[in-house]
Amino acid sequence: MAIEIEQPRVGLSKIAVSKTHGEDSPYFAGWKAYDENPYDEFRNPSGVIQMGLAENQVSFDILEEYLEQHAEEASWGKKASGFRENALFQDYHGLQSFRKAMASFMEQIREGRAKFNPDRVVLTAGATAANELLTFILADPGDALLVPTPYYPGFDRDLRWRTGVNIVPIHCDSSNNFQVTPQALEAAYKNAESLNIKVRGVLITNPSNPLGATIHRSTLEQILDFVTIKNIHLVSDEIYSGSVFSPTEFTSVAEILESRSYKDCERVHIVYSLSKDLGLPGFRVGTIYSYNDRVVTTARRMSSFTLISSQTQQLLGSMLSDEKFTGNYITKNRERLRNRYEKMVGGLRNAGVECLEGNAGLFCWVNLSPLLENQTRESELAVWEAILHRVKLNISPGSSCHCSEPGWFRVCFANMSEKTLEVALKRIQSFMEERKITSG
Amino acid sequence: MGQARVSSRASSIAKPNDSPYYIGLDRVSEDAYDELENPNGVIQLGLSENRLSLDLIEQWLSRNLNASILGGGGLSIRRIATYQATRDGLWELKVAMAGFMSQIMGRAVSFNPSQLVLTSGATPAIEILCFCLADPGNAFLIPTPYYPGFDRDVRWRTGVELIPVHCRSSDNFILSITALDQAYNQARKRGQKVRGILLSNPSNPVGSILTRETLYDLLDFARDKNIHIVSDEIFAGSIYGGDDFVSMAEILDSEDVDRNRVHIVYGLSKDLSLPGFRVGAIYSWNEHVLTASKRLMRFCSISAPTQRLLIPMLSDTRFTQEYIETNRKRIQSMYDLFVAGLEQLGIKCAKGSGGLYCWADMRELIRPYNEKGELELWDKLLNIAKINVTPGSACHCIEPGWFRCCFTTLSKKHIPLVIERIRKVVETCKPPS
Repeated sequence: MAIEIEQPRVGLSKIAVSKTHGEDSPYFAGWKAYDENPYDEFRNPSGVIQMGLAENQVSFDILEEYLEQHAEEASWGKKASGFRENALFQDYHGLQSFRKAMASFMEQIREGRAKFNPDRVVLTAGATAANELLTFILADPGDALLVPTPYYPGFDRDLRWRTGVNIVPIHCDSSNNFQVTPQALEAAYKNAESLNIKVRGVLITNPSNPLGATIHRSTLEQILDFVTIKNIHLVSDEIYSGSVFSPTEFTSVAEILESRSYKDCERVHIVYSLSKDLGLPGFRVGTIYSYNDRVVTTARRMSSFTLISSQTQQLLGSMLSDEKFTGNYITKNRERLRNRYEKMVGGLRNAGVECLEGNAGLFCWVNLSPLLENQTRESELAVWEAILHRVKLNISPGSSCHCSEPGWFRVCFANMSEKTLEVALKRIQSFMEERKITSG
Repeated sequence: MGQARVSSRASSIAKPNDSPYYIGLDRVSEDAYDELENPNGVIQLGLSENRLSLDLIEQWLSRNLNASILGGGGLSIRRIATYQATRDGLWELKVAMAGFMSQIMGRAVSFNPSQLVLTSGATPAIEILCFCLADPGNAFLIPTPYYPGFDRDVRWRTGVELIPVHCRSSDNFILSITALDQAYNQARKRGQKVRGILLSNPSNPVGSILTRETLYDLLDFARDKNIHIVSDEIFAGSIYGGDDFVSMAEILDSEDVDRNRVHIVYGLSKDLSLPGFRVGAIYSWNEHVLTASKRLMRFCSISAPTQRLLIPMLSDTRFTQEYIETNRKRIQSMYDLFVAGLEQLGIKCAKGSGGLYCWADMRELIRPYNEKGELELWDKLLNIAKINVTPGSACHCIEPGWFRCCFTTLSKKHIPLVIERIRKVVETCKPPS
C-alpha cells in the first residue's frame, strides 16, 4: 500500500490570510441572505428586499435618454482614428477632456461655490481605490487615520487591509445628531497617542454615510482648524455631494478653503466618484482631487494600478461636459431622492419608527433602539437577524458601522423601485404592529 | 505651521523618474514624431504596443453595430451600471476570456472560467499576486533582463523585493536552473525569504519562449523549495517564427500535483492591442489565492461598458481566430523587415520567437564596454537619432550593449527612416578603420 506523502502546503502572505477584508461581518452576511432569496415583484414576492446596498437607481432613465440621443458623440465618433487612439490610450494622466468634464461636474454640484482645476484631478477605478491610494500616500504601515463613527463598513477594508494603516475612531453620538466635536477629535488623537500610534490624518465623509446628513459648515471649520494645528491631513470623501436634497445645505471643504484664500490647503484632499450621484458603480469612475502637488504626482503614478478604461472616459466625457444635461440631471436626481426619502421617513413614522433628520444620500439612519431587549450590540444583532429572517429585509446594523450606540440601522431607499419601497414599508409596519401586540 | 508630510512609501515614488525607460517615454510625449506635423520628432520604439491589427477590430465593431460603446443589448444602463453585476467580473466575460486564452495558446489547454479573476490590466494582477504570495521584505527570483515596469509593479506598495537571476547571451539569455539555485541559496544566506519565481513567457525584453523541458525543470525547482511560480504570459498570442508557445497551464494539465503553486497573468493589452481598456486576468489553481484575489479586485475592476463590449467580441471565435492568425503574420513580417534593416547596419538581434520587440546586440558600438558606454549610446540614439529604445541596463541586463526595440508601433514605410536615423549614430560609433 503506497504511503501518501503530504505535500507541504505552499505558503501565502499575511495579507492573503488576514480577516481585515471584513467580509465576515453582518454587513456582508445580509447580502448573502439576499443573494440566496432575492425579492422579485412577480417571481418571488416573499423574498428578501435588499436595503443594505447604497446604490442609486432612481435616475437611470435620464442617463439612458441622453445616451440614446447622443450615441455618436458618446461613441468613438466619425473620426476613423477615434477608436484606435482611444484603445491605445493608457496614460495615467487620463483623457484631458474627461478630467475637465469631472472638474466641471464637481463645480456644478457645488453650484460654482468652489472651483476645481482639471490638472489636480487624478483618476482611479472607483472611490474604493481612491481612498486606499490616498491612505498609501499619506500614511505608513502602523500609522493611523482618525475616522468619525459611525462610518461606512468598507473603510475597514479599504483603508487598512493592504496599507497596514489603522483606523482610530472619533466617537459621535445621538446627543448632538452624531456631529463631530472638537472634544471628540482631541480624544481620538490622544487615544492614538496613548497606543503609540502616529496619526497622519482625519478622513470624513460629507455627506455622511451612514447618517445621510451633511456636515455643518461650523463643524468643517473646526475639523480644518484641528488638522492644521496637529499638522496632519484631511481627506474629505464627498462621494454623495450630488445627492444632497437641497444644494444650499451642502458645504464642501473646497468652499471653506476658498473662503480662506487657500491658505495651508496642501493638507486637504477630496475623493469623488460617479457611483452614487450618477448611479454608475459598475463603470468604476473615481477621483482624487488634491491641493498638494506632491500628492497629485504620486497619486497619478500610483493610479497605474487602477486606471479607468479609456472607453469609459470617452463615453462619459462628452456627457459630463454637457452642462445643460448635467444641470438638469443634478436637479431632477435631487428631487427624486428627496421624494424617496420623504416617502421612507413618512412610512417609518406611520410604523412608529424614528430616523435621524437627514438631508442627503441614498439611505436613512433609523433608530430601532426601542426594540432592543438590552442596549447592547448583541441585542442589536438579534433585532437585525429578526428583521432579516422574519421581515425579510436586509438592513445594516450600526455595529458594523462602528456606532458606539446600539440600536441604529442604515436603511437604503434608492436601490429599488417605488413599488418595492412600498412593500418594504408595509412589512415594517406589520412587524411593528406585531411587536405592539406581543408586548401588550 | 508645518507642511503635512507624505508617507515614506510615497516619498520614493514622488522622486523624478531616473530610469531611461521612463525618461525615454517622457521624451516621446514631449516631442512625438508625426509624419506631417513633426517629422523631426522622436520615433517611439520604447513602448511595447501593437498598432498593426487595430483595423481588424475596427471592422468587427462596424459589423456589429449593436455592440456599441455601451456593449451588447442596446443602451440599457441599468443592466450594466450596478456594482453587483460587475463586482467579480461578469460571468459571461470570464467564459469568453477563458475561451480566448485557450485559443491564443493554440487550444493546447482549456481554462476554467471559475479560476479566473479579472482586473483592470495586468499591472494590478501582478501586484495582487505579490500581495497574496509574499510579505514585505520577502522576495521573488526573476530572470534578467526583465521588463522595467516590474520594479514598480512588484515593489512599490507591497514591500516585496526582486532578486535578479542573471542570464547571458552565451546561453541566448535562457534561464539556467543552476543560476536560479545559486540565487536562491545566496538569498537564504542573507536571511531573505524567497516566496516565488516571476517569469515572463514569452520573455520581455528578449522575446524568447521557454521550452517544455525548462518549464518542467522550473516546476521541479519550485516544488523542491516549496515556492510559487508566477508566469506572466501576456505576449502568448504575439508569437512568430516556428516555435510553439507552451503555457505553464499546459504542463500542469498533465501533472495533478503542485497546481497550488502556479499562477498565470494574462491581459488584452498586447495580444488584442487594447491597453486603454484595462483588461487583465489572474488564473490560479489555488483556492485561497483566488478568494483573496477576488476580494482585492474591488480596487481594480474592469469598467462595465468595457466588459459588455468584450463579451461579444471575444465570443466571436471566428473573428478571434482570424485576428490571431493575421496579427501573427503581420508581426512576423515587421520583425523580418526590421531585423533585416538592423543587420544592414551590422546589428544582430537575439533569436526571438515572440513579443512585440527585438533584442538588439549593439555591444560593438559602445565605448567603454560598460553601463556608462551603453547609456551614452542610448542618449545619442534618443537625442541625435531621435529614436526611443530601451537600454539593457534599464532591464537589469548583466551584459552592457543590448537594446530592446519595439517595432509594432511602426508601419512598414517607416522602417527605412528608422534604420537611416540609427545609421547616422552607428557611423559615429564605429572604431576608426
